[in-house]
Amino acid sequence: MKELIRDFTGAYGPSGREDQVREVIRRAVEPHCDRVTVDVLGNLIAFRKGQGGQGAAAGGEPLKVMLAAHMDEIGLIITHIDEKGFLRFANVGGVSPHVLIGQRMVFGNGVSGSIGTERVDDIKQLALDKLFLDIGATGREEAAGLVEIGDMATYQRGLVEHGGRLSSKAMDDRIGCVVIAEVLRRLQGSPHDVYAVFTVQEEVGLRGARTSAYGIDPGFGLAFDVCPVGDTPRSKSILNTELGGGAAIKAKDVSVVVPPAVKDLLVKTAKANGIAYQMEVLPAGGTDTGAIQLTRSGVPAGCISIPTRYVHTPVEMVDLADVEACVKLAVAVLGGPIEV
Amino acid sequence: MELEQMKILSEARGVSGQEAAVRAYLREQLEGHVGELRSDTLGNLFAYKAGSLERPVVMFAAHMDEVGFLVTGVDKEGMVHVATVGGVDAGVIPSKAVKVGPKALPGVIGTKAIHLQEPDERTKPFDVKKLVVDIGAKNKDEASKLVKPGDQVTFATSFGEFGDGLWKGKALDDRIGCAVLTEVLRGSYEVPVVGVFTVQEEIGTRGAAVAAYAVRPDIGVCLEGTVCADIPGTEEDAETTRLGSGPAISVMDAGTIHHPVLVKHLVKLAKANGIPYQYRRAIRGGNDASRMSLAGAGAKACAVSVPCRYIHSPVAVASRKDFENTVKLLRVFLESVGKGELEI
Amino acid sequence: METKEFLRRLSEGSGVSGYEGGLAGLVREGLSPYAGEVTSDALGNCIVLRSGSGPDPRPKIMLAAHVDEIGLMVTKVEDRGFLRFSQIGGFDPRTLVAQEVTVHGRRPLRGIIGVKPPHILTDEERKKAPKLEELFIDVGYAEEEVRSLVQVGDVVTLAREFIELQGELVSGKSLDDRAGVVCLLECLRRLDGMRHDADVYAVATTQEEVGLRGATTGAFGVSPDLAVALDVCHAGPGLPEHDSTELGKGPAIAIGANIHPRIHELLVKVADDYNIPHQPEVAPGRTGTDAWAINITREGIPCGLIGLPLRYMHTSVETGSMADFVQAGRLLAEFCARVDWAFMEGLRWS
Repeated sequence: MKELIRDFTGAYGPSGREDQVREVIRRAVEPHCDRVTVDVLGNLIAFRKGQGGQGAAAGGEPLKVMLAAHMDEIGLIITHIDEKGFLRFANVGGVSPHVLIGQRMVFGNGVSGSIGTERVDDIKQLALDKLFLDIGATGREEAAGLVEIGDMATYQRGLVEHGGRLSSKAMDDRIGCVVIAEVLRRLQGSPHDVYAVFTVQEEVGLRGARTSAYGIDPGFGLAFDVCPVGDTPRSKSILNTELGGGAAIKAKDVSVVVPPAVKDLLVKTAKANGIAYQMEVLPAGGTDTGAIQLTRSGVPAGCISIPTRYVHTPVEMVDLADVEACVKLAVAVLGGPIEV
Repeated sequence: MELEQMKILSEARGVSGQEAAVRAYLREQLEGHVGELRSDTLGNLFAYKAGSLERPVVMFAAHMDEVGFLVTGVDKEGMVHVATVGGVDAGVIPSKAVKVGPKALPGVIGTKAIHLQEPDERTKPFDVKKLVVDIGAKNKDEASKLVKPGDQVTFATSFGEFGDGLWKGKALDDRIGCAVLTEVLRGSYEVPVVGVFTVQEEIGTRGAAVAAYAVRPDIGVCLEGTVCADIPGTEEDAETTRLGSGPAISVMDAGTIHHPVLVKHLVKLAKANGIPYQYRRAIRGGNDASRMSLAGAGAKACAVSVPCRYIHSPVAVASRKDFENTVKLLRVFLESVGKGELEI
Repeated sequence: METKEFLRRLSEGSGVSGYEGGLAGLVREGLSPYAGEVTSDALGNCIVLRSGSGPDPRPKIMLAAHVDEIGLMVTKVEDRGFLRFSQIGGFDPRTLVAQEVTVHGRRPLRGIIGVKPPHILTDEERKKAPKLEELFIDVGYAEEEVRSLVQVGDVVTLAREFIELQGELVSGKSLDDRAGVVCLLECLRRLDGMRHDADVYAVATTQEEVGLRGATTGAFGVSPDLAVALDVCHAGPGLPEHDSTELGKGPAIAIGANIHPRIHELLVKVADDYNIPHQPEVAPGRTGTDAWAINITREGIPCGLIGLPLRYMHTSVETGSMADFVQAGRLLAEFCARVDWAFMEGLRWS
């Protein structure tokens, strides 16, 4: 699984430019499903036919279950090239100007650059429009030969192992994609039709989940995304979640109040299978779960979260035991009846 | 597009939710040039042009509504209280002439004479919550007979040409987009085209949401009048667009990441046909493109805009050449798609 | 069921956004005597259908009033058993200080949102309003016991008994928007004795407070021809005259982009025809009600919006007039009885 994590997190794929990471994920999941398609906005949909029978929905028709993890990562979009060849940019998803200082960013074509800042007297005033990207060009023309307005750059930072923990850029949400890929690999047989969707444009408003859920029209949805934790020094956090505490079962975030029946199903399944778990509430931030829930006339939906430190920085950190617990929990849920 | 037609479009009164006058004029202009014309319960105007091909269905959206005000009540001095509709910046409001209600009664938004102000009053921005319009009524009774809550209030700007081929008028956002779409709909194309003149964009792209769901296009193109801040006091990287530099092609905004395939194709066509073009160099703001891209199971969407200085103010400025080049680019785009040159 | 009694039981019941299940039985008990079919959907909306007597196909009217209340959710059990929480829906943290709450753990527990006594506040602290993350709930048990009774993810409601003030005025929590649900009862009860062409779907919607979610999916599922939402609107004291309504002056009939002018027109006409007192409410843009979501569902659903004047919104002492609620129910019934296909045709613009 570590190699999968390295491959998935290392791939380039900011919101709206997911082509490269989509190919990496497609190669990994294709052998483990019946059919792989790509929809209009670029969502990758891996389909596994259900076996029906005991545990299927009422009437014997297999329940359509949609799994979702987003392929896109946060980044910067170039809005201006100045006469000296410096690039100005805006954010794609939640990028903090303070985290950008001292970073190296990379484009889809491999061009990379250093983040610089204008003079700012009070660091509290620092905003994205006071920063620029230096790709080493000596003038506007040279820069324009390397990048164009509309091109996007992401953090350039590889995976590092820390014993049982790993850190990298884009754990959010490539680790969720890894969980789904692992689930597909390990799933022996499920009564349900499984649509594993690797969604696009989550970071800019849950967009891929919305349109793919409309297209699939599932009877149940399960998203996989990172959740922040409250276990670091003097965080003064009101969050209970911690690295090593097991799979995080979401109760609520800004996009969704998980239906109690779905929440209870996940807790019951974790307990019955001896899987370490913790409850999760996310006061600021939404996930694909909410987009799935509001599809058409409504879909019961929940989320299994991977506890993560330093979210939206290039050094997001997860615990492999937690990731393993998430995979086990998902496999257990898919293996049995889903009555919500 | 004759100057006279642009004048009528700019001066037509239609704040979000009350677009009837604009819709009526556009219907008149389109009769005979398109196949079917229909409206829905929100007030969107759909203009259908069948082509020789079935797909891809191309939907255009240009919004009919403008920012303005709504009457909330009258007071004992005969003053008419109003609330803003859409994003009207507080700074542009004082000392303006407006038209009130269905009869377009003249009114003014005055402000305390400078002689009577405390020194610090002048440094504070105008308080949008205390907006009153003076229609010259003597008291509550007289005012209540002339206006009622819910009546629209629009800026009283006359449209005209000035400077070197420049247009000035109110509501260029997005009557200029409506004008572009009207011109485009006068052509003949192989692909099926649905031109939608939407309602209520300024308060949340509401009309486009239901229109896109009804049409379910393969390609969505939003036509807008957009921010142009190539003016003193603005850094180059904050301009967004430049007047006279041609149609502005969006790469991303608050609601959409414009599809790179469409963006690249538009740029390629502009270059190949000698049409000046620019990128919209900012991501703030949103428009009908978001609704087209997220309708149903999704669509590929883009936005092409005419730069407008002083947007969302009583008097915006656009360049006639930018308008003409925008129309040219879109016609060329439709022809190209009809020839199968776009890979989607 | 008697109207004020229905409101009292609803107000004192628990149904935080997403956790409205506990009230489903009560809603059904109140509304079903006047309707044919009661169903619920994936988001827990309670859909009560009263069929009309017009020929097939009949126009479909959806009435929406939300049954969810704002509340809190436990995020952490701290040392010594104090609880940290996050909000479900919009709270002014200042209104939470020194509130009694019910923590819905393994069993309902009484809790108090604690506050530092003034004696130990610094001058600076005294000047600032508290932030949500600084507040905590005290359930009075030792940490170990708390951990066995309360989990992260458990919901918390404000504790407040329904209060009858002078005259027609009543006060309690969640009158936003259970007063609207009570109007649905008044409406259905009246329709029971009237002839109406249209099928009326009275929907007690869920999750309005966290983003109009029940209305979004409910409207998609019901797919009505027109809809009228009922929600509370602000009443004084201390509010600008043209931005607020008054208690006891009847329901507010809203006008603005979210509302179809013909529907507004008919509501006003019906009110005048039957001498139902009413007041204007101007909504230049977003109304922040179920109507905002319903209006842009599918290919568009024309909407009306009736406002129920309410003081102190989103506190535990929301105050309104029973007379206004009853009149709103009456207005709604008379309106529904006037809707036929001829009216529906007039809603499409030329």
